[in-house]
Amino acid sequence: MSAFLLLLLVQTVRLHAQTIVSGTIKDSKGQPVAGASIAIKDSYDGATADSSGAFRFATTEKGERVLVVSALGYKSVEQKLMLGTSIPPLAFSLKEEINEMKAVVITAGTFEASDKKRATVLNSIDIVTTASANADVTGAIKTLPGAQQVGESEGLFVRGGTAAETRTFIDGTLVNNFFYTSVPNVAQRGRFSPFIFKGTVFSAGGYSALYGQALSSALILESIDLPKRSSGSIGLSPISVSAGMQKLAANQRSSWGVNYGYTNVQLAFALLGTKPDFFHIPQFHTGDANYRTKVGKSGMLKYYGYFSQNVTGLRNPSLDTLGYKEAFDLTNFNMYHNLSYRDNLGARWKINTGASFSVNRDDIAANLQDAANRPAVVTNFEFKNFGLKTHGIYVNAKAVVERRLKGLSALRFGGEYNYSDDRLNYTLYNGNTYPNYVTEHTKALFAEGDVYLTNSLAAKLGTRLEHSSLLDKVNVAPRVSLAYKVGKESQASLAYGIFYQSPERRYLPPAADLTFAKATHYIAQYQKLTSLTTFRAEAFYKKYDHLLKTALVDNRETATGNGGAGYAKGFEIFWRDKKLIKNFDYWVSYSFLDTRRDFLNYPYQIEPSFAARHTANLVVKKFITGLKTQFNANYQFATGRPYYNIQYDNATNKFGIFDQGRTPDFNSLSLSVNYLPNVFKKGGSQMTVLVLSVTNVLGSRQVFGYNYAYNGLRKEAIVPPTKTFVFIGAFISFGIDRTQDVINSNL
Amino acid sequence: MKKRIFSLLLFVGVLTAANAQSEKYVKAMQDKVAAIDTLRNPQMLLDLSAAFERIADAEKTQWQPYYYASLAQVSAAFSRGNGNLKPEIADPVADKAEALLSKAEALAKDNSEIFVLKKMIANLRMLADPMNRYMTYGAQGAQALQTAKTLNPENPRTFLLEAEDKYFTPEQFGGSKEEARRLFEAALKKYDAFKPATPLDPIWGRPTAQYFLSQLK
Repeated sequence: MSAFLLLLLVQTVRLHAQTIVSGTIKDSKGQPVAGASIAIKDSYDGATADSSGAFRFATTEKGERVLVVSALGYKSVEQKLMLGTSIPPLAFSLKEEINEMKAVVITAGTFEASDKKRATVLNSIDIVTTASANADVTGAIKTLPGAQQVGESEGLFVRGGTAAETRTFIDGTLVNNFFYTSVPNVAQRGRFSPFIFKGTVFSAGGYSALYGQALSSALILESIDLPKRSSGSIGLSPISVSAGMQKLAANQRSSWGVNYGYTNVQLAFALLGTKPDFFHIPQFHTGDANYRTKVGKSGMLKYYGYFSQNVTGLRNPSLDTLGYKEAFDLTNFNMYHNLSYRDNLGARWKINTGASFSVNRDDIAANLQDAANRPAVVTNFEFKNFGLKTHGIYVNAKAVVERRLKGLSALRFGGEYNYSDDRLNYTLYNGNTYPNYVTEHTKALFAEGDVYLTNSLAAKLGTRLEHSSLLDKVNVAPRVSLAYKVGKESQASLAYGIFYQSPERRYLPPAADLTFAKATHYIAQYQKLTSLTTFRAEAFYKKYDHLLKTALVDNRETATGNGGAGYAKGFEIFWRDKKLIKNFDYWVSYSFLDTRRDFLNYPYQIEPSFAARHTANLVVKKFITGLKTQFNANYQFATGRPYYNIQYDNATNKFGIFDQGRTPDFNSLSLSVNYLPNVFKKGGSQMTVLVLSVTNVLGSRQVFGYNYAYNGLRKEAIVPPTKTFVFIGAFISFGIDRTQDVINSNL
Repeated sequence: MKKRIFSLLLFVGVLTAANAQSEKYVKAMQDKVAAIDTLRNPQMLLDLSAAFERIADAEKTQWQPYYYASLAQVSAAFSRGNGNLKPEIADPVADKAEALLSKAEALAKDNSEIFVLKKMIANLRMLADPMNRYMTYGAQGAQALQTAKTLNPENPRTFLLEAEDKYFTPEQFGGSKEEARRLFEAALKKYDAFKPATPLDPIWGRPTAQYFLSQLK
């Protein structure tokens, strides 16, 4: 009997016998992985590792079972266990999983400004609240290192490159005429509102093989997807009115929107006074429309269309014929259409396609005018009276296929096609016309691989192959960048690449066979990022070859060959800090640039007129919650730039430098105030922003260069049209969808 | 006959086993579900989350353990955060919580409680960088909360979250302690009336509402 009892007891004990499972979990470097989870598959039993990586638990499970060890950021490990017998302590070593949060990011040369990437430097709110930018995308980019403070013409002059060496891409496709048409000595704004973009990447060099036809820099803009909700907006200021709406479909899968704006700067110019006499006050009509829709599970189709019509006419006293004036009158029409589609094809394939179509028409009339503002033809200066009509049609299409490989590694490849059709008609004072017509087909193929060797080391290897029908030549452009994580928040990157660009349209058709201009970039970068601070230091060397040279042919500056060359080298520092004081944000950038080049009509290698040796920016933003007001200030400084009087010397049949000098240093202090009277108010689906901005508050004299008389005897400083510019405006946006209000009031 | 009895016995045996399993599930869950309302230690909350996840993975058909595993992750982040949340800390937690919650959602579609938790995850992401993330995650959270209300207008947790929003938002941004008090009181009323569909369904939140009300008195 007692034996039976004993047997029963043993049986019971055996039935309920627990197995103790214990051990430690470390990573590949031998550091404990605290919080790792240990579980017996298909059972409730398990534990989490403590701060020393140790774990211990009891289980009543029996037989052969699988133990799963997992932790955030590591690859899971499985091991078979025989439960029911005693198990010696286990030791696991987890391998790091390559993931976006931890992995090094290839950043050499680029500044990324978007919400989705961790490496955010500037976002769209930053762009509109930068005091000197006047809500212009490139205005804000000019506060970043690498960009010059060039005030006499539009565009981004990056690291010793001209504005033409920076190309802009919207949703992957190249944008022609990103800026309003040039007016002599008056910088124009970008055409597109910063509000249509969710992401901005400013690359000052070393960029991906996906982009081409830009020697110096790429500005890559990504338009927004579906809006969060339907909304309307109204903007009012003494110089502009605008209205727009966005409608989100009830099923939240598609949206459409339209915007219209009219700008007329008459009042501002009348109050502030302008140096040139504007006989046609700048007036702009702009309209845009968009449609965005989800396609299937993961597809996104977007259309964006833009139209604008603008006029500007101004006259300045002539330096050549005293008592006369030189008048310039411009009418511009532009439209731009962009259609893009992206989709995931299965788990690992992704496609990104886009096409853009644009038309640009300029009608320019230039003439000498007498004291009574009547057109006049003056002997020897007949060429100052001319008409210029241009009509350009541009098509760009691009497709990129991406294949995700192991971890974060990926392979991308695709093609790009660009077509330009430029008609130009030049009419002389005597009615003689000189039409010309240039078309170009540029075809490109590219492939690029992101290789993540570990979380700490990544490489991007790419090549781009291009053919230009105009040049009838092919180029091959390799690009390489490497990034290595040196600490938890810091990394070092290197980039190398070759970049090609076709000759600028204005010097075509050429007088001789041409080839691609070429730039070779070498970049080294160190970066330390925390969630509230960014520090980066970058050094670069850029070598230019085959730069375009020009000569006067029939009174027109015409491309004659690719005999130019040059270099640019320097270093840049950027520091942004949002944590020093609450609601206080500032950034500082400094660029040092040493560059020389021989191109266009330069007689030999000289420091170009668009390059300052030292450029610095201080941007400060402070939001005072009690006042519901944001105060922004921006101080920009650049050392003087060289200027030259380059004239064609008929004696030597060559261009020569007849006078030169250096402009005074550039200083500009800009302030802006944004007042938000009903920010985040209850039931507040309406949001008002009142803006006051003043650029160059101190009225510092800014000289961008000099204009010379034809005979070189007189020169006159090129200055901005107004010394300071003041802008006052109110922007009201309201949600049409008022469900939130209804819920709140029905509570 | 013998065969029949055997079959019957076998049947009863199987039934008991099934029952026992469910009993085991309920037993394993009960004390853990209760702990959600009392635990404030981040490490213990993460342990709790792991325990829920093990149960969820073993059961495979129950949404509650996935839901609680996700909730415990979010609670751990909030109790650790103390207003010092950073994106690099909050985002991986939010990712993990979202992955768990989507498993719960696959098992229980259109559940008000799941949308409540979505709102909390959006809050977590937003608070990591409010200046830049308000537009995105503020809207996302508001939408989730709205869906939670539509799916179950009597869910007390929707009132609790709304009240907390009002409580923590500065006055000049539309916050109001007075409205928060009204909402906490409304939440308590809803807690009194609330009947969970099963004993393991979410009932948490009452002590939190009481705590905030005591702060407002």
